[in-house]
Amino acid sequence: MVVKAAPDADTQEQILVKRIQNGEPDKFYELVKPYERRVYTAAFAILRNAADAEEVAQEAILKAFANLKQFRAESRFSTWLIQIAVNEARMRRRKEHAEIMEPIGERQEEDGTYAPREFADWREIPSEALERSEVRELLLESLASLGGKYREVFVLRDIQHLSIEEVADALGISRASVKTRLLRARLMLRDLLAPRIASGWFSRASFEKGNKPWQ
Amino acid sequence: MAVTQCEQVWEQISDYIDGELDAGLRVTLDEHIQGCPRCTSVLQGTRNVLALYGDERLFKVPTGYSWRMRRRIASDTQVRRRVVIGWLVATAAVALASASVALADRLGSAKESSKSVMARLGHVPADLEVVVTDHAKLFHIKECPFVRETDHPQAMTAAEAERQGYVPCVRCLGQYVGELAARLVNRKAFAGFLATR
Repeated sequence: MVVKAAPDADTQEQILVKRIQNGEPDKFYELVKPYERRVYTAAFAILRNAADAEEVAQEAILKAFANLKQFRAESRFSTWLIQIAVNEARMRRRKEHAEIMEPIGERQEEDGTYAPREFADWREIPSEALERSEVRELLLESLASLGGKYREVFVLRDIQHLSIEEVADALGISRASVKTRLLRARLMLRDLLAPRIASGWFSRASFEKGNKPWQ
Repeated sequence: MAVTQCEQVWEQISDYIDGELDAGLRVTLDEHIQGCPRCTSVLQGTRNVLALYGDERLFKVPTGYSWRMRRRIASDTQVRRRVVIGWLVATAAVALASASVALADRLGSAKESSKSVMARLGHVPADLEVVVTDHAKLFHIKECPFVRETDHPQAMTAAEAERQGYVPCVRCLGQYVGELAARLVNRKAFAGFLATR
């Protein structure tokens, strides 16, 4: 699902950008407000720490303001902004050597195939799943345990719903790399979540029915 | 693909979900998945992963995030304007301070120099001990949660930090970085000043 802004929203954004470029800094918050959450999420996904993510989000947005003159209307403002946030977050991560524990998948060769390990029957997710704090924590923990390069791609594509091209642009990697990393990230997350969610909290019904297709 | 292997399906599962496969390959995969519980499980699970993570309720921004963002933007994007207004405030303050000092002198009870009044009228007290870090143009108090040892904090006075172009961190120095209007009509400082006369 790719959420695309309506054309008139894009035009309005361009008008806003022009006005700011022509000396109306007061309009800047209006321009970035729709994306401030996304900027935070992108930073958080890379840094895995709320205080760092917030500071990086602020820095990224101010950097966008300082460099607004360099923004070209042919790319989308949101993509450009996320790109800045990703770069800022990566710089911060490099500086702090945040990867204390080597996350899953970092050592594996990107070109090698990733075979799923788990075949638990995980059919449906109740809509209230995310309201359960243990489910939210499990999702965040699992995401945090992925290697940085997989996490970045997954967050931009599957959480922020950027297109493959936009993810490739934002991260400065090829379209093929985006797809390879995305596949692996999705499968790894499935491996991490399926056994715990499927057998634990809310799929008992299917077990009771004796529905175990992997046997 | 005459006989489709599970491994071949797994390699394509992401493109399959994203609708990036051509029609022929899609049909081949459909046929395999229908008869293969393992691949059905992988497909279902992967779709569940996307549904769970695609929900925007998953990531919560910290309380007050928007407010702090707005403040930070306001303080940083209006620096130029503030310099002009700041100059006006300073001029007005000096004028008022000298007038008051003159008045106070006349009353024979001048307790404060116009300089200390200026410090109170400004944003952060000029002689406050602050730290700056090498990755942001911000200055903080030493205990600010945003400052860590790994940031190589460097101590200096607020005046020096401002001179070097740093701006106060809203988290730890928020009390000083009030709205422009609040500083323009810093009633407390004036009232306090006048009360000493």
